[in-house]
Amino acid sequence: MASVEAQAAPGRRSLGGRRRRLGDVILVGAAGIAAAGAVALVVLIAVKVTQQAWPAIRHFSLGFLTEQSWVPNVGHEIYGAASFLFGTAVTSFVALALAGPLAIAIGLYLTELAPRFLRGPVTALVETLAAIPSVVIGLWGILVLGPFLRDHVEPWLHGVLGFVLLFGEPSSSGSGIFTAIVVLTIMILPIVAAVSRELFLAVPRELKEGALALGTTRWEMIRAVVFPYARGGIVAGLMLGLGRAVGEAIAVTQVIGGITGTSGVHWNLFGNGDTLASKLAASYQGATTHLQTASLMYLAVILLVFSLVVNLLAQWIVRRFGRSGEQAGFSKIAAKSQTAGAAS
Amino acid sequence: MRPRGITRADIATANLPRRKLVNRVMEAGATLAAVVAVGILCILVFSVARRGWSELNWNLLTKTPSTDFFGDGPSGVANAVAGSLVIVGLAAAITLPVGILIAIYLSEYARPRVRSFVSVMLDVLAGVPAIVIGIFVYALLVVGSGSSGSGWDGAFALSILMLPFATRAVQEVLALVPASTREASLALGVPRWRTTLSIVLPQTIGGIVTGGTLAVARVAGETAPLLFVTSIVDQQMHWSPSHALQTIPVTIFEYSEQPDPKLHAQAWAIGFVLLLFILVTNLGARALAARNRRRLTGR
Amino acid sequence: MDEVPATAPVSIDAVVKVDAKSRQPVPSRERLEQVFDVQHLTASYGGRPAVKDVSMEIYRNLVTAIIGPSGCGKSTFIRCLNRMNDLIPSFSLEGEIRYHGQNICSRDVDSVAVRRRIGMVFQRPNPFPKSIYDNIAFGLKVNGMRDDLDDRVKAALERAALWDEVGGRLKESALGLSGGQQQRLCIARAIAIEPEVVLLDEPASALDPIATAAIEDLMHDLKRDYTFVIVTHNMQQAARVADMTAFFSISRGGEGERFGELVEYDATEKIFTAPGDKRTEDYVTGRFG
Repeated sequence: MASVEAQAAPGRRSLGGRRRRLGDVILVGAAGIAAAGAVALVVLIAVKVTQQAWPAIRHFSLGFLTEQSWVPNVGHEIYGAASFLFGTAVTSFVALALAGPLAIAIGLYLTELAPRFLRGPVTALVETLAAIPSVVIGLWGILVLGPFLRDHVEPWLHGVLGFVLLFGEPSSSGSGIFTAIVVLTIMILPIVAAVSRELFLAVPRELKEGALALGTTRWEMIRAVVFPYARGGIVAGLMLGLGRAVGEAIAVTQVIGGITGTSGVHWNLFGNGDTLASKLAASYQGATTHLQTASLMYLAVILLVFSLVVNLLAQWIVRRFGRSGEQAGFSKIAAKSQTAGAAS
Repeated sequence: MRPRGITRADIATANLPRRKLVNRVMEAGATLAAVVAVGILCILVFSVARRGWSELNWNLLTKTPSTDFFGDGPSGVANAVAGSLVIVGLAAAITLPVGILIAIYLSEYARPRVRSFVSVMLDVLAGVPAIVIGIFVYALLVVGSGSSGSGWDGAFALSILMLPFATRAVQEVLALVPASTREASLALGVPRWRTTLSIVLPQTIGGIVTGGTLAVARVAGETAPLLFVTSIVDQQMHWSPSHALQTIPVTIFEYSEQPDPKLHAQAWAIGFVLLLFILVTNLGARALAARNRRRLTGR
Repeated sequence: MDEVPATAPVSIDAVVKVDAKSRQPVPSRERLEQVFDVQHLTASYGGRPAVKDVSMEIYRNLVTAIIGPSGCGKSTFIRCLNRMNDLIPSFSLEGEIRYHGQNICSRDVDSVAVRRRIGMVFQRPNPFPKSIYDNIAFGLKVNGMRDDLDDRVKAALERAALWDEVGGRLKESALGLSGGQQQRLCIARAIAIEPEVVLLDEPASALDPIATAAIEDLMHDLKRDYTFVIVTHNMQQAARVADMTAFFSISRGGEGERFGELVEYDATEKIFTAPGDKRTEDYVTGRFG
């Protein structure tokens, strides 16, 4: 064929030339810019929010963190994050304490105990729980869960355990810290369960069979093999759940009642409260003064720092302890927990 | 090589009945936990469905909110439906191409150190609470712009939320493409970029579609990013993204905070529709994804 | 066969059944045109050499076989010829490979242009997940050979002895073909863009004997127009198809490192009947490897 000469002309055509093809430059360039943009976005978020908060940071500096009052009276403005830090800590950690063991148990059930034909469907159901938008859970929380707790659970708890400061006067509306804790527990349950399930699946069969062959019961095998193996990943999974709870703004603000003035730090679980995230969500209508806006931004900065720390801690834990975490592909798990719904 | 935590005493058969009891209790506990979780899901869905179904009517989706405070005229949330469609659609249109580009960069071109750095950054981005993203977009685009936010701002906020997720989904599909087809193409003297676009990407279309659908299902229900950015709205129908647009999740949120039972009823109804949409898209996309995965690898 | 001394190894016919009629004698060196001139090639992964100091010439319109035990760097070597090793990040190379006088290993040579002229068929058939027609058309379109696309596709399939089997179903997916058909499709795909050289990295190792025979016949017919370099772990195959054979073996270095090196390179007959190096003799008579 005539074209043989033209195309494959040996030696007659030089093989050198543009080492970089235009198409490669364009594709790599565009893709690289996109990646750089994503990185820049992260930095920009931190910078921008801090910038907006700067007037408040300069005005209050670290005292902001211990100030309990939030008084927007013009002329006598006092703002402080302590109440919200308290609220965030209480709701998130208690929710984690409740959801954690429950979720791990679910993970165990799905990997060790459930009959084969149930594993898929039940896993799908648990993951579906995560897909429910937080605003819908909040709606249900206000109109269904809250009244239920107010009418049936809180009076009972107050009656039985009222001597404990925690279980004080039941709320009149069904909103309060207690309701928020229940809601948060429901929300972080699927995430930690999904992570636990992935981790338990990654435990090598030989290890498990080795223990069982010694005549251990299933529970003893789990305690001896599965838990130690998955330990790092479990902790990281719990941190992911914590991050989710801390960042949840919508459902929490719907059910937590909201504090006013100086009623911040109190020990009655049934009373009103506020978290960093819920306070921000509640203030979307706009602030009245510059200082108030800046103070709200200051809250956002604190929330951001908190979330980042928890997030990075989870990643570090995986690298340090997570043999099974890495094997199970922890970032894949983290991604799955994103499908479950990041903080909203 | 005895596993940790097992002592001779544990295995001694004298203890067997007690050990078996402990085992039974633990197993029952785990099963109970699963039952509780499924139960909660059922209660939630059933609750929403029951209350929402009775309130569902065509008016809801086609009429705008009534400005007549005392009348019983038809009233709906059509403007929110329109707004949600526009904002979520725009967000997907922004995120998907960017996510695909980043995924291509990470899986085809980036050096290992760069790749892990960018991946960590994406994980960090994923860990930013949605409300902070909303505040960020507010600070970036709304403050000082004179307006009270717009559809574009809302779409931008949602796309930030979607990005890490979409990128990872595309990365996973890219990884499924066998290296041998890339090699075959390169060996033919096909340049790298052409190989990526004409050979690798077409094999990932199915996965990208399902990933995109999942991402949409994810953000359709997001409220927090939109609160600051596009919530001061009038009650008219708007389709243009340069307007502040009402959205379904924000509507549910606002109605739930009001004491008016009529608004509550509407909130249940659109909450039900939203939930249905998300669940159906979720399950559908997952089924599609499983089928795709089987097609690409199970041969 | 010539008279061979008593100490010589067994004759090639005793080792393998060879169709003596089909084997043409290799022309004398002066009549041969050089395509590749490999000079002191050392290829390493992560600093550790896989092959050391290989020097040989590859000639036009001949089938050159690379044989040797596992791990002697045959695949590494052949992948150097079309710059496929560039895809491996830890790869590095010393020495030169002169293709028609030009060193294709130098940085400013465009690897895409190299692969345009020096094609490759891989161990496992790797057709694109497209139709049979598009598999071949893709390479043609990218390389700007769009004229008479249908004719070119047909010609390539005919040369690969596949047209009779698939001519009527070109639009079907290539993945539905059998292994042997897929590999012949990969060959058709490679020769469609009219390269000068086709490299084959153990092309029949995943195929059954009948498919293998088909591919060997192909090479025999096509070497009129192309130059073939084939890596094979199957000595009998080398004896059947190759005009020239290069024997690589594993050597050990000073610090206990293992690497491959070229032991002997000559006309196939000589390698199998009267090898010069004892290692070659040991290998071809099956005493090791």
